[in-house]
Amino acid sequence: MTRRCGIRPRAVLAVAVAAALTIGLCACGARNGSGGGSAAFNAGVGKVYNPSEAKGGTLRMANNGDWDSLDPADTYYAYTWNFARLYGRSLVMFAPAPGADGAKLVPDLATGLGVSSDDAKIWTYKLRGGVKFEDGTPVTSKDVKYAVERSLDKDTFPNGPTYFNDFLDLRGYTSPYHDPTPDKLGLTAIETPDDSTIVFHLLKSFSGFDYFAQLPATIPVPRAKDTGTKYKEHVVSTGPYKFATNELGKSFTLVRNDQWDPKTDPNRKALPDEIDMALNVNADDIDNRLISGDLDVDVVGAGVGPAAQGRILGDQAMKANADSALVARTWYTAINGDVAPLGDVHCRRAVEYATDKVGYQNAYGGPTGGDIATNLLPPVIPGAEKFNPYPAGGDNHGDLAKARDELRQCGQPSGFSTTISYRAERPKEKATAEALQQSLARVGINLTIKPFPTGDYAKLYAGKPDYAKNNGLGLMVYGWGADWPDGFGFLSQIVDSRVIRASGGNTNLGVKDPAVDELVDKAVTTADAAGREKIWVDVDKKVMDDAYILPGIWAKGLLYRPKDLTNVFVSDGFQMYDYLALGVKK
Amino acid sequence: MAAFVVRRLLGAILMLFIVSIATFAIFFLVPRLGGATADDLASRYVGKSAGAAQIHQMAEKLGFTDPLPVQYGHFVTGLVAGTDYSTGPTTVHCPAPCFGYSFITQNPVLPDLLDRLPVTLSLAAGGATIWLVFGVATGVLSALRKGTVFDRAAMGVALAGVSLPIFFTGLLSLSIFSYTLGVAAPGNSYTPITENPLLWAYDLILPWFTLAFLYAAGYARLTRAGMLETMNEDFIRTARAKGLPERTVVVKHGLRAALTPIVTIFGLDLGLLLGGAVLTESTYSLPGLGKYAVDAIVNNDLPKVLGVTLIAAFFIVFANLIVDLLYAVIDPRVRVA
Repeated sequence: MTRRCGIRPRAVLAVAVAAALTIGLCACGARNGSGGGSAAFNAGVGKVYNPSEAKGGTLRMANNGDWDSLDPADTYYAYTWNFARLYGRSLVMFAPAPGADGAKLVPDLATGLGVSSDDAKIWTYKLRGGVKFEDGTPVTSKDVKYAVERSLDKDTFPNGPTYFNDFLDLRGYTSPYHDPTPDKLGLTAIETPDDSTIVFHLLKSFSGFDYFAQLPATIPVPRAKDTGTKYKEHVVSTGPYKFATNELGKSFTLVRNDQWDPKTDPNRKALPDEIDMALNVNADDIDNRLISGDLDVDVVGAGVGPAAQGRILGDQAMKANADSALVARTWYTAINGDVAPLGDVHCRRAVEYATDKVGYQNAYGGPTGGDIATNLLPPVIPGAEKFNPYPAGGDNHGDLAKARDELRQCGQPSGFSTTISYRAERPKEKATAEALQQSLARVGINLTIKPFPTGDYAKLYAGKPDYAKNNGLGLMVYGWGADWPDGFGFLSQIVDSRVIRASGGNTNLGVKDPAVDELVDKAVTTADAAGREKIWVDVDKKVMDDAYILPGIWAKGLLYRPKDLTNVFVSDGFQMYDYLALGVKK
Repeated sequence: MAAFVVRRLLGAILMLFIVSIATFAIFFLVPRLGGATADDLASRYVGKSAGAAQIHQMAEKLGFTDPLPVQYGHFVTGLVAGTDYSTGPTTVHCPAPCFGYSFITQNPVLPDLLDRLPVTLSLAAGGATIWLVFGVATGVLSALRKGTVFDRAAMGVALAGVSLPIFFTGLLSLSIFSYTLGVAAPGNSYTPITENPLLWAYDLILPWFTLAFLYAAGYARLTRAGMLETMNEDFIRTARAKGLPERTVVVKHGLRAALTPIVTIFGLDLGLLLGGAVLTESTYSLPGLGKYAVDAIVNNDLPKVLGVTLIAAFFIVFANLIVDLLYAVIDPRVRVA
């Protein structure tokens, strides 16, 4: 028998009341802006949305992960390079301008772009006068040289790119930390004849050296303040902002650098008074906060997640605050010539023809995820051309007749079996593998799907030639984004066979054609930009003709711009909002 | 009693030792059994365009080329005597107990752990208080009103609490209370209690309730079952026959007896949470041990994983120890068990 209890749930009520009171004590931090500009879908693509010169306010940014490093020598993401310009000045930089102009290089710390010798092996830059570190010390060419020297030390700074390691005439030089010279400037490949001149000596000709000069590694570092791996805790600023706080892995704050002189800097507006960065924030939470106006920028710049994407595209008012921008990234599948019968170009071409391109696009979320790619170079790369060597029929679902014809030519008229790999933690790549499995089965090409851990995919599995060959990875789902928007920045690491290392870690998953290598060499030594761009298109055409790569889609990101953000535009240089230009309504 | 405590403490130390070896083995022995070389392991910690020489250099720097027992020995030496580490231009000393340096950030692990512990402690303490009060209260009321609408509704809600994942309830709560109503702090909000206790509570109120919703559900069901059993015992009938007020019968006699298993589970749950409330911290972007552990695992950052595992193991072992001691106090037979 049960009896009614005489106890009143006072404890429960007390806690509930206390909770309600606590909740009501503070107000939410969303900024009450009035909005502005003519909001429209893609209003920040190719033009400036909400233009403003108004200074002040705090720009609130968040990152769903951690920075690889704030140290200019040790960072390798487009967004970190975009952001680094706020606290550091490299020799040259991408112009803070909307659209294609944003992919053009302009001088920053230097007075002009690099002046090269005839053979493009020696590059000289003159530095502007009046540029200072945040402590008031003048910046000299020796500070730039020291910065590049330390970036060579991959034992201390493993994350940064290796372009200077690969192209400078190092003659055994490894690091200023092992440099016996008193001033630690013993690298002969860089000369500093005076405080405002710096000269780079290359091992081989390279006509696009200005792209190297825009790397954060050329942001000056004062040797006296260099603390090696700890320098990222307080990078000494040369830009309009300096670090006020920096809690590694959690947050940092930038405030105005009073030693930055706008007269020495034609590129930076420096509108906000402060920039707050939150790190390791839940990705869905970032999207929700952007939509609610509680956050201004998702600094990674890859676009909102699938859940927010659905909400934004389904609501006209929200869609008007979004930009869908093409990025310099192609999602593709590598076709491995080392795995029989894909050594025969006709078998590879059969794969190209039989692919359902719509299925590939759907795997990435349909047209919002990107445009169907017919060749390798993304259209956002200057000089890129669209061409379609393997038309997939009028409806883009594949040309099965041509695929069967190619199969007959490679001696596999009834098809063949192989394995397709993808990165296990990437559902879009899984969907790609499944879509390819279905579409290729229509001509008898049977795929066994095999996932691998994302972190080790390039290093131990798909990117390790012996493993890929011995385990029959005939198709490998992959994707590639440009280090910077030009042919070299996009193609060199994925089509040049000489970058393939037996030890693994490759991003070229199987393009091996001496003719392609020859074209790459020709492009990097061609001084004329238009001529160079034409050669990169030829490289693209040759790789497509070889059918080593099955292009899937040219990626797009759906960026959301809260209404209080001013001066918003997508830069083709970084394919995300240009962080130098942004401001906020106070 | 002293012998009992000493015996348990020695067992706790042995357990931590075993946990550290097991974690170490998972990271280094298992991949090697699968054919991975020292360079393969090191390739995770170099940049995108690293060559074979750079990878091998990193393998040597991180000590992967040493035999496994030697690597483990280095870790233990660091714990006991500290270790030196190169920052590039200088060498710094990491004093004992040195949990090592992160392979990714190249920062010492221990300061990170100590920095994040208060966040996890705050979350666990607040959440535990709420779930204990709500869970037990709901369980008691349900038991006393068995079969009523309240009982069914409470158990229905409890079922939902157990079933709904935190990343769902958390994001939903944020969306409603923070971004729509604007009455709660957004994600990634944390103020130390030492700075502003009111703001500390305001920032954590949603994570507390989200966490408590999950646990309270279990406690409500457990309490209800215990109370139903206890309230049918002879001593309850005796208490009522003696004319004791119903409040005294329920609280002093019924609930007290039903609480024994709750205390046991509570100790273990709290110990587990102190090692990091992974989902809650990740959903609310709270910089606690749980989020730290997730990031460490995603990045294959062994020293961090090892550090947070040992901390978590410590709390679980410690909680077990407390529960054992409480048992020994309550029931003397346990002392010789």
